[in-house]
Amino acid sequence: MDARVDQAPAIEDVAIETRNLNLWYGTFQALFDVDLDIRRGMITSLIGPSGCGKSTFLRSINRINERLGYVTTEGTINVLGNDVYRASVNLTQLRKHVGMVFQRPNPLPLSIRDNIIFSYKLHAQDRNRLHRSEQDEIVETALRQVLLWDTVKDRLDNSATQLSLEEQQKLCIARLLPVQPSVLLMDEPCSALDPAGTNAVEELIWELRENYTILIVTHNMAQARRASEECIFMLLGKVVEHSRTDEMFVTPAQKETADYIEGRYG
Amino acid sequence: MAAPINETRAGTASKTGAGGRDEFDRITAAWLLDKAVQVLVFIGGISAIIFIIGIFVFITREGFGFAVGKLDWGQFLTSPRWRPTSEYNPTYGILAMIAGTASVTGLAMIVAIPFSLGAAIFIAEFATGKTREALKVLVELLAAIPSVVWGFIGLTIMNPLIIDLFDVPVGLTVLNAGIILGLMAAPIMTSIAEDALKAVPDRYREAAEALGATRGQIVFRVVLPAAKNGLLGAVLLGVGRGFGETMAVLMATGHAINIPDSIFDSVRALTATIAAELGETAVGSEHYQALFTIGIFLFVITFIINLAADLIVRGIRKG
Repeated sequence: MDARVDQAPAIEDVAIETRNLNLWYGTFQALFDVDLDIRRGMITSLIGPSGCGKSTFLRSINRINERLGYVTTEGTINVLGNDVYRASVNLTQLRKHVGMVFQRPNPLPLSIRDNIIFSYKLHAQDRNRLHRSEQDEIVETALRQVLLWDTVKDRLDNSATQLSLEEQQKLCIARLLPVQPSVLLMDEPCSALDPAGTNAVEELIWELRENYTILIVTHNMAQARRASEECIFMLLGKVVEHSRTDEMFVTPAQKETADYIEGRYG
Repeated sequence: MAAPINETRAGTASKTGAGGRDEFDRITAAWLLDKAVQVLVFIGGISAIIFIIGIFVFITREGFGFAVGKLDWGQFLTSPRWRPTSEYNPTYGILAMIAGTASVTGLAMIVAIPFSLGAAIFIAEFATGKTREALKVLVELLAAIPSVVWGFIGLTIMNPLIIDLFDVPVGLTVLNAGIILGLMAAPIMTSIAEDALKAVPDRYREAAEALGATRGQIVFRVVLPAAKNGLLGAVLLGVGRGFGETMAVLMATGHAINIPDSIFDSVRALTATIAAELGETAVGSEHYQALFTIGIFLFVITFIINLAADLIVRGIRKG
C-alpha cells in the first residue's frame, strides 16, 4: 500500500470527502469542522474514546442519523463526488451505494434468503418479479462472499434471527453485497461477538477491502491496528489525527493520540 | 420492603432485651404491615379469578339441568325458530340469532379492520410528537363511549340515514348494527394493534432504512410481517367484543328473528335476546333456562375467541 496521507490524495482516490462538517443533536454539538478524505478501496478505522463522535460521523455519511429527528448538519459530505446533503438527494439511492453494518447484528425477522434478497428487491430497476433461479444465484453469491454458504445452504428458509451472532453479523454484511455498494460503513461490527466470531468477521472484512471502501468504527485499538490501513483518531467531536495505521500506532503526531493509544484515557 | 424493616431494626437496636425482645426479632410493625399488604394483594389478585369462576358456575347452574336434559341440541343449534312463549309447542332454536350475531360481527370486522389497522399504523409508524399523543388520547376516549350511546346513534342517526340513502323501509338492520359495532370495536383494536407494532424492535426499522427502504416499504415489508400475530390477536379481540356486545346491537339490529339475506335485513343477536327476554320470564321456567343456555353458549364462544387471541399474542413474545 502506497498511502501518502500527508499529501492531498488525487480526487479519484477519495471515496468520502467531508468539509466543515458540523453536527448538532438538538443544541449539543457533536462534530466540529470535520475535514476528512477517506480513500477509496481501503479500510479506514475510526478510533477515539466513547462519545468522541466517531459513530455520529459514520452515521451522518448515509444520513441514518436523521431518523432521530433532532439532528442538524452543516457542511458537506461528498460520497464518490456527490454531495449527500443536497436537497435533491434520494436517500434510497444513497443507501444503495453506502451500506451499513451495525454494532448489534440486526437481521430482519425474515428468512435467511429473504434477508439477502431484501435490498436487491428494493433497488431492482425493473418491476418484474425475479425468477427463483436468479434469486437463488444472488443469495448463493452473497453468502459465498461472506463464507457463510456452506453453513446455511440447507436452511435458507429458516429465520435469520435464529443464527448465531457471528453468523447474523456475516449475514448483515452479505445482504449489502447484492446491490453492489461502493462504501461499507461498519459501526463496531465485532463488539457483540466472541473472540472467535471477531476473528472470523475481521478476516471477512479484510477480504472485502479490495472491492469496497470500508470505514469501520472500533473501540478496540488492537483491531484498528491489525485490520485497517488508515486510521482516524477523534476526540470530543474533532479529528485529531488521520494517518496510515502503522504510522499512527508507531509514531503518532499528536500528544492526544499518543496518550489514547497508550491507554492513558478512553 | 426491605428498607423499612432495616430502619425499624436500627430503631430497636438500643432496646435490646427490653420486653423479652431480641435484637433480631423479626416481628416488628413494618414486618406485620408487610405481611398484611401481601395478604391483601393476594386476595385482590385471586378475587378476579374467583368471580369469573362464580359467574361461570352461576350461569351453568341455571341453565345446566335444562341444557343436558330437556333441550334438543340438534334443534337448538339448527332451527331458526325461537318460540319460547308458545303455549302448546315451545321451540328453542337459535340458528337465526347465531346468524344475526355472526353477520353483524362479520360486517363490523369489515368496517373495523381497515380503520383500526390504518389508525394503528399511522399512530405507531408515522405520527410523531403531539399528533401521536393527541391521537392516542382520542382513541382511548372513543373506547370509553358507553355502548348505549352507540346504540342511540344507531337508532336516531343511522336509522333515518340508511332509510334515506338506500330507500329501504327499515334502517335498523345488519348494516346499521355492523357499522355501529365496527366503530365501537375499532378503538380497542387500534390500541392493541398499536401495541403490537410498537413491540417490533426499532433496530429492524433502522436496518431496513439503512438498506434504503422508504417509510412505506419499512411498514409493509418489515413491521407488519413482524407484528402479524399481534395484529391477528387485535382482530380476534374485536371479534370477541362483537359477539359479546349487547346494548348497541339490541338497539340497532331491529331485534327481529330472521336469517338475513342481505345487509338490509333486520336480525337479532344472541346477547340482545337474553337482555330483552330475561326480565320477562319466570325464574326457573324452561324459557328462563333456555336463555341461560344461550349464555353458556356465548360464554364458551367468547372464551375460545379470547383464548385464541391471547395465545396468538403470546406467540409473538416468544418468537
